[in-house]
Amino acid sequence: MAESRLTESLIQSLGEQLTPVRRLPPAWLRTLGWLLAVAAIAAALLMHYGAGPMMRRWAMAPDIAIAGVGAVITAVSAAWVAFTLGVPGRSWRWVWLPLPSLLLWVGASGLGCMRDWLGPNAHIAKINEASDCLIFIVSLSVPLSALLIWLLRRACPLRPVLAAIMIGLASSAASAALLEICHAFAVAATDLLTHAMAVAIVVALNALMGGRLLQPALK
Amino acid sequence: MTATLTAPRTIGLDIVLSRWARTDFIVSDAAAPDGDTQERQRAAWMAAAQGGDRRAYERVLAASVPVIRMAARRQGVAVDLLDDVVQETLLTVHRVRHTYDPSRSYDAWLSALAARRAIDALRSQGRRGSREVHDEHAYDTHADVDDATAAPEREQEALRLREAIASLPPGQREAIEQLGLKERSLAEVSAETGRQTGALKVNLHRALKALRTRFNGEP
Repeated sequence: MAESRLTESLIQSLGEQLTPVRRLPPAWLRTLGWLLAVAAIAAALLMHYGAGPMMRRWAMAPDIAIAGVGAVITAVSAAWVAFTLGVPGRSWRWVWLPLPSLLLWVGASGLGCMRDWLGPNAHIAKINEASDCLIFIVSLSVPLSALLIWLLRRACPLRPVLAAIMIGLASSAASAALLEICHAFAVAATDLLTHAMAVAIVVALNALMGGRLLQPALK
Repeated sequence: MTATLTAPRTIGLDIVLSRWARTDFIVSDAAAPDGDTQERQRAAWMAAAQGGDRRAYERVLAASVPVIRMAARRQGVAVDLLDDVVQETLLTVHRVRHTYDPSRSYDAWLSALAARRAIDALRSQGRRGSREVHDEHAYDTHADVDDATAAPEREQEALRLREAIASLPPGQREAIEQLGLKERSLAEVSAETGRQTGALKVNLHRALKALRTRFNGEP
């Protein structure tokens, strides 16, 4: 009974402290905001490198273009899922949404490796070139992840680690897609392995750090 | 008594009774409409509360209590812990009320928060349980009232409590000292300190939570 009175008194005191709040914008709008930042980086890279080399590689090997499309869709869907998981009551099963595009991205990149084995004339990445890819993806993913975490600062993800994994996937997929603009060689096994490593590093770092950064609302 | 009723009085009584019956009907209708209507009502109240409507806010919080209790029961929370979960959930609702989207289900949003708070309560209870040893036989055969070490232990406990209270933020320390230790009324403390009673109550609740966390070793 005393506890019920405490609840009543708590409700009354919360009422006394009520102030109007600004609602969280919808997930699609926040995704669009983040994509604008990605588009700005893409525009800067295109201005620097031009679209010519990318188009020529796409014409030579359409699977690179398909892998790029897969990476872009993965980035968009994972970012949307990260924002959706920031709202209590939304199903965690949305995490499966980026899976088809992720499979497309990995599958098309894998096809590229097979093509290089069949036709070894293509320029295949050496270890130092592949490590450049890793540095590019990881270093570009850091600001993109930070931006996503900042955009999620007012949200309340009840599964912060899942949301952080989606942030990692979105930023690493976006970075890999941006890499296509200035990628100097066809996808080979070393390159695919490096990309996969970069994505794994970014996702793992986000799961470790992002999970903690996304929890303040629940403390 | 009935014999003294004249015709006009009887008619008057009929009118009163019919009004009472109608009122009763309206009240019972408001108290137990179907689930959808109730949920829509809660959603509308929360939407108004986001705009700063205190009356709607207190109504939605009061109407949320049974929903929270049900969600907590579904998670397996024991009856004696339910009020704790209700109060923690209400405080969380207050902090993250901007994340509710009125176009979506209020009950799903609230139940997700309540389930999270229920799991937190179960975890902290589990941690306490794992540290405490229960030995029914020892309780029966060893009285600790006259134990020579009991007095110093009590002094130690009091010292720890004083230290814990001293380490609280000023607002919480003031609330626990004035309301908890000196057992003064809210009105007295409010008049003396110039703080609103609502703020004092919330500070007391937070102070109690902080002390529980400190003594039970919860995160």
